[in-house]
Parts: sequence; structure tokens; C-alpha cells
Amino acid sequence: MLQRLREDKALQGLLLIAPTLLWMIVLLIIPLILTLVVSFGRRAPDGGVIFTFTLDNYIRLLGLQPDCLNPFACFDPLYVSILFRSLSLAFNTTVIVILLAYPLAYFIARAPHERRNTFLFLVLVPLWTNFVIRVYAWMMLLRTQGAINGVLGWLAGLLGIPFTPLEMLYTPGAVLVGMVYEFLPFMILPIYTSLEKIDPSLYEAAADLGANALKTFWRVTLPLSLPGVVAGTILVFVPVMGTFVVSDLLGGKQVILVGNLIQRQFLDARDPTFGSAASLVLMVLTLIVTLFYTRKFGFGKEIVV
Amino acid sequence: MNPHRRSPFVVVMTVLVFLFLYVPIFVLVLYSFNASRTNVTFEGFITAFGPLQMQGSLVVQSPCGPFHWFCDLTRNQEVMTAARNTLTIAFVSTLISTLIGTMAAIALQRHEFKIKPFAQLSLYIPIVIPEIVMGIGILTLFSQVFTWVNTTFNLPPDLRLTLGMGTVIVSHIAFSVPFVTLVVQARLQGFDPSYEEAAMDLGANELVTFWRVTLPMLLPGVLSGALLAFTLSLDDFVITFFTTGPGATTLPIYVYGLLRRIITPQVNALSTVWILIVLAAVFLIQRLENRERA
Amino acid sequence: MSVYAVELRDVVKTFHTPEGGTINAVDHVDMQIRHGEFFSMLGSSGCGKTTSLRMIAGFEWPTSGEVFIDGEPQGHKPPFQRKVNTVFQSYALFQHMTVFQNVAFGLEMDKVPPEEIKRRVGEALAMVKLTGLEKRYPRQLSGGQQQRVALARALVKRPKVLLLDEPLGALDLKLRKEMQLELKTLQREVGITFVFVTHDQEEALSMSDRIAVMSYGKVMQVGTPVEIYERPRNKFVADFIGETNLLDGTVRSVDGNSLTVFVPALNAEVRALHQGAFHAGQEVSLSIRPEKIRLVEKPTECANCFPAQVKQVAYIGADTRVIAQVVQAQLRVWEQNMVSTLDPDAYFQQNEQAWALLPPENLLALPVE
Repeated sequence: MLQRLREDKALQGLLLIAPTLLWMIVLLIIPLILTLVVSFGRRAPDGGVIFTFTLDNYIRLLGLQPDCLNPFACFDPLYVSILFRSLSLAFNTTVIVILLAYPLAYFIARAPHERRNTFLFLVLVPLWTNFVIRVYAWMMLLRTQGAINGVLGWLAGLLGIPFTPLEMLYTPGAVLVGMVYEFLPFMILPIYTSLEKIDPSLYEAAADLGANALKTFWRVTLPLSLPGVVAGTILVFVPVMGTFVVSDLLGGKQVILVGNLIQRQFLDARDPTFGSAASLVLMVLTLIVTLFYTRKFGFGKEIVV
Repeated sequence: MNPHRRSPFVVVMTVLVFLFLYVPIFVLVLYSFNASRTNVTFEGFITAFGPLQMQGSLVVQSPCGPFHWFCDLTRNQEVMTAARNTLTIAFVSTLISTLIGTMAAIALQRHEFKIKPFAQLSLYIPIVIPEIVMGIGILTLFSQVFTWVNTTFNLPPDLRLTLGMGTVIVSHIAFSVPFVTLVVQARLQGFDPSYEEAAMDLGANELVTFWRVTLPMLLPGVLSGALLAFTLSLDDFVITFFTTGPGATTLPIYVYGLLRRIITPQVNALSTVWILIVLAAVFLIQRLENRERA
Repeated sequence: MSVYAVELRDVVKTFHTPEGGTINAVDHVDMQIRHGEFFSMLGSSGCGKTTSLRMIAGFEWPTSGEVFIDGEPQGHKPPFQRKVNTVFQSYALFQHMTVFQNVAFGLEMDKVPPEEIKRRVGEALAMVKLTGLEKRYPRQLSGGQQQRVALARALVKRPKVLLLDEPLGALDLKLRKEMQLELKTLQREVGITFVFVTHDQEEALSMSDRIAVMSYGKVMQVGTPVEIYERPRNKFVADFIGETNLLDGTVRSVDGNSLTVFVPALNAEVRALHQGAFHAGQEVSLSIRPEKIRLVEKPTECANCFPAQVKQVAYIGADTRVIAQVVQAQLRVWEQNMVSTLDPDAYFQQNEQAWALLPPENLLALPVE
């Protein structure tokens, strides 16, 4: 037996991976299949699930009604617009995050060796406060009587300008700022990793061949750091698509995203079948976007920092 | 060409982004010393020590002085329980996911077997699908299985399977294992197999070789995997939200509950303590790592 | 005690290539290594020398055939049950252990009592002249010192056979020369069989008692350094070891251990030495080392002598290396610079006319493969 195990590398591999694989199958793959099954079911009066096969939930998501004969008359854009809003928010967040993260990552990657770890540490600290606490911090800042309005009011008072506090909390802008804040570090780290790997002699070579700083950046630095940007984009785009906490706390009832929709189906409206359908649509949507994106730019190797 | 030369644009952006990252945290900490009970605006520090005294919604005097809300916090039984739960979940899930994730990394990097591509692919799923999808999937699984078990075996109320610490821990392991595996795998990529061959050549069998040579050399990778798992677990809200049950409230869940009702500076005090603990822990780990390297 | 310290009997090792094919890294190898011998396996990369060594160590198992250590068949025994130890090319010193812990590791595995471990580690480190560095970590040592630790770590176990996989490859030239001498001395002192893998022929020639020259998984010749150099068995060995000139020809007659061969390139019959079975009419290759051709202005005697024209000259200190046009053949000729002088006439000049002497006892007939 021991002899057999010793000589059979494949068996060793299987034994080693077994627990992880078990976890992945039971807590990832089976739940996904179950979600699929439930999404074809019907809601029971007690909030449970009746397992049948109906496309009603998906038809409703598209804004139609199962019994409606004229699709134009009864089209309800509610859910489609929620999906669209989530997508555009995720897109905007990702773009802003890249624009903010890149210079910082570049700065750290070019900093002297002994200081890089300190800077990285400074990037990570906000991550170690909890997700919910970070949202709460922005509530305190953005509130009508909050810190930002406080400072603005004080400045206005100094200059003698009349000041009415800005309504910032519970707006789409607040949600955008919150999302950017939540996920910024997830972009900085992978970009830093790929920038740091670039051999400094490449910069010298580019300069030697006559490229100025801007051209060097455009032709050498940026292309070589793309894997980091790709990894960062996945790490930002995917969670923004599914988060409901930020929109819930900073958007109030103004900003409803797919995440909020799903959460409400499971907790308030008690229709898990519709929630499952929405959740699958969300997953497929994210996968399509990431697949399209990674096809174009390759799968970011820097995904694990 | 000076490699450390920086353009002013980069420097200005860096300063601004760091401000953006830290101003909210600064405000959060500042408000944990707020005299105002409603915590809507900052009404100044509580400076006076003495018996608790209020003026309207302002605390003007407290036995703990400026640290009034911290004292208040320690008397809050719910917070203490939530803190204990959070740490328990983080520790247990980190321990298990580090163990099985390291094993999986070794299998994926060192062994050839049939289902390897599938196994490798399955590890990327939690990264490319939104957390909420995973959360409601697991919730559906648990509720369906638990309902079935409870009714089929007609379990008495105190034996019924319910959501709680167990389900949260199991779910946390599910999302942290892939990260641990990928981190350790990356570390293994540059690992020269002749170290292990040398150990075996000198008379160590497979287990001794693993314990005395492979593991110590992998340790930095395993540790950073564990740190990542721990961070993810502490930070998680969504998965916990869907898999938690009575008696398994974690700090983020507790805070989320508070935020939707009333907010007192207690929440800030809690956040401040949290940040301090995390900073201390990370500082300690860094010190340990530096000593290791020296 | 068996006759051989290590024996490979008809050993084959097959690997699967990424393209889905198979390749015999070691192809029906027979090899006998005697007790107390310094034995080298020499060949370029991919010749199967390292795979052979790894099969002796137990890191790989033969696809077919058998490895014997001290007369015992090894089968699928794992490395930790074999009485051999290895010095790795990369040294493979455990980075998280001190020098002492590295050397003690093998003894700990054998459950040797702590006092004895201490004593034997001390002895082993003294042997490789590293006393006093016990508490250092490998990364705090120079390349040469790391090499010695690797040596001490393997020797402290007093193995039957010490396997060395290109142990000097990572050292710079000067240090490598020093270590070659030291290794040889050490081997004589401890009397352990050394099996040494290298691609450096000078290293193999200078250190070994016997050498196995390998190519594409096969043993081309086994012999002492002198045998390998002076009496190569085939064209591969003649060409691989040192430099040689090869001339193709046809056997005209056989006479004891000398042959008469017609060489078209020289348009003449020459007399040559042979050590196999040849018959008249057979195609052969004649091998002659560059330093064994004599280039003279005027021959005193003329067995195998031909008019030559100097084409190229390179003065390299000890020798003057000449490429000479001898009839239709271009031959490499090394003339030793016996006399110290600055007079240009003392050395051959380009386009100079001369005579090339190919002494029959230096001209070796080899079969054409």
C-alpha cells in the first residue's frame, strides 16, 4: 500500500487536492447548479421553492410578463435598467480606479527599495479596516451635516460667502465614490507588481534609443504593466457588479443595483427563484465581460499578489 | 537617467490618492472621540473626567474622559460576542484553508493527474464571479439540505441543523482556499526540487522531507497565503451576511445592523479599536518576518 | 563484498516528451564501477549521464534493467534506503539551516546519538577545511565554501558511493582547478568510490581513474584517461575528446596490428595502427591528434610524409597552431614552442612550404559507423 502510494505520483496528487476540490465542488459548483435549478422554479406561498421548469423568472427579468401577448405594451424596463445601471457603474468605477491607482503604483514601483514596503503597507491599511466600516466612514463624510459640508461651511464662513450644505449622501455620486474607495487598493497592488518586475535597464535602453520620458512610458512601461491592469480590472469590476452594501448605505433608495435586487429577493420579497435568476444573469454578465476582456488582454498573472 | 526621478504629476497624484485613502479613516477615528451622542456633526472632544453628565445630546463629562465611547463599548455585550465570533471564524477558516490550500498547491505544481485542469480552473471561479452569487448559492444549498435533513429525520428543535458559526466558517474556507492555493503555487514555481532530493538522499523519508525541508522553505508563501485568508475573512461581509444565523453575528454584520438604525460614536470607537488591533498585528508580523530575514 | 561498487545492467530510462513521443534518455547501458575508484561519466548535455547518476541515487527508476549497489539490486528503493549520497550541481544546501545543521541532517536521519553527530560533523567540516563556520547560513558563504559544505554533508554519512553531479560547474575557473585537485586528494584519503558527472573533458581526464564517455543515452567507451585519449574506440570518442584530424580511406592490407590504407585525400597509401578486426577493402577513418603531426622544413626520414602548405597560423603561447594544406586534406597541426625566441623565423609563417609527418604509430584506424 505504502509502496503503491510512493510510486504513484498521480494518486498522491489526487489525495493532496481532494479536500480543496471537495470544498470547491460542494460550496461552489453545486450551489451554482442549485441556483440554476431554483431559477427555473416557482415561488411557494411560504417563501420556499417549488421545483418545476418555467422560464417565468427570466421573462420577468427581461421586463415582460409571462402571459402578455404584446411584448411592447407590457414591457417594463425596471430590471433591465437595474442591470444596465450596475454595468455602467462597474465600468465607471473601474476606469476611475485605474486612473487613480496607476500613478500611485508607478510612484511606489519607482521609489527606493527600502521604502516600497512602507508605501505598500500604507495602501493595505485601509483594506484591513472592514468593508462596512469603510462605507460608514463615507457616510460620515458625505452626510448633509457631515465632515465635508462642515469644512466647506467653515471655509465659506471665513470668506463670508453664504453657504447651503450640499446634498451628497444618497446620490449616485456617493455610490460611485464609495465603490472607488472600496476597491482602489485591489488595483494598486497588481499594477505595482507588474511595474516592479520591469527591468530598469529597459528604461535605459529606451532612453538610449532616443525615447523621451513620455514616449518611454507609452511604448515601454504601459504595455509591460498591462497584465497588472488586467488583473486589477478583474479584481475591481467583478465585486462592484455584485456589491449591495455600498449602494444600500450610500445610495439609500436612490441607487438600486443588481446586488440590491438579489438581496431583497432573498430577504424582503422572499422570492428566491427570481433572486436566483437575477443572480445567474449577473454571473453570466460578469463572465461575458471578463472573458471578452481577458481574451483581448490575456488573463492577468498578477491576480495573486 | 535617474531611475528615481519622478514627474510632478505622479507625485501630486500620489499625495492626492493617499489623502483620499486616509481622510475617511482619520474622520472615522476623530469621531470616536465625539462629544455628540447623535454623532451627526463633530461637537468637540469630551475632555472632563467624572461621573457621566449630559447636556442635551452632548456628553460633557465621563468617567473615561475622551475615551467615553470606548468604555461604553466594553460594556456592550453584543459587540464583545460579535468580536469573538469574528475572530473565531477568521482563525478557524484561515487554519483550515491554509492547510488544504497548501496541499492543493503542491498537488497542482508537483503532480500530474487527470482532473488537474478542472481543479485549477475551479480555483478561479470565486475570483471571476461576484460574491453575492456565491453567497446566495451557498444559502440555497444550506437551506435546501438543512430543510430536507430536518424533516426527513424529524429532528427535535435543539438538534435541527441551522445556519450559524459552522456554516459561516465553511463558507469562508470556500472563498479563501483559492487565494491560499494560488499564492503558495506561485511560491512553488521557483522551488528547486533538488532540495527535497537532497533530503531524501540523506536518509529522510517523504514525510520527514516535507516537514523538515519543504515546509520550512515554503513558509513565507504559506504565511502570506494565511495572512491573505485572514484578511479576506475579517473583511468579508456578503458571504457572512447570507450564511450567518442566530448566535453567529460578526462585527461587520453587527455594524451593518447599527448603521441602518441609530449611529452612536460607539461604532467609531469600535472601528478605531479594530484598526489599532489590525495595525498591531500586521506590525508584529512584519517584525517577525524581518527578523526571519536577518 | 561484491566485485563492483555500482553496476548498471542493461539499464533503459524512457521519458515522455511534451509532444507525446518517447525518448530513451538512457539506452541499454551497461556499466561497472569498481570499489574505491574515481569514475567519471562524461558527455554533453542530454547524453544521459545525469539520468544515470539519478538512477543510482534513486531519484529515478529504470524503465527496464537493474541498478546494483555493492551487488544488491536496487529495484524501486527510494533514495533514503540507498547507501549512496549525492553532491548536487546546485548544492541544494538547506537555506533555513546552518552549516552544522545541514551536515548533521543525514546523521539525524540515521538516529546517530547527538554527541557522535557533533564529533562526526566536526570531523567532516575539518576534512573540507570549514572548521569555525558551523553557525553560518548557506547564503553567508561563498560558492566554494557552499560546495565544501555540500561535500561534507554527503561524506559525513560515509556512503559506499559518493555521487557528484557536476559539482564544480558553478565555480569560476581558478577555483574549479583548485577544487579538482582537492576532490581528487580527498577521494584518495577517504577511499570512497566517487561517481562524477561532468561535461568538462579536461576535468574528467585530470581527475578520473576511469571515464565513461556517453552520447545519446549510450556508453561510447569506458577506459582510463590515457586509453580514452590515445586509443579511442570510435570516431565519436576520438572527436569528442580533445581534437583530432580524421581522414577517410580504404584498407589495402592488414599486417599484424598495422594496416596499409589508401587515403584519397592524400592520394597515397599510408601505414596506420589498428586495434580491431579489419579486412582488406574495408572503409576506415584514420584519426591523428594535431600535436602528433610533425611539421618540418626538411624531412630526415619519410614514412607517411607529405608536402604541406601553411594556411593559417595562431600563436597561443605553449603551442603554435597551424592549419596546413596537405595534398587535398586540411590538417590541424600543433607545434610545441620548445625554444623561447622573438625571431619570427622560428615560427611557421603563412604560405610557408613544409613537410607534414604522420607517424604510423600515431595514426589510428577506426571503423566507419
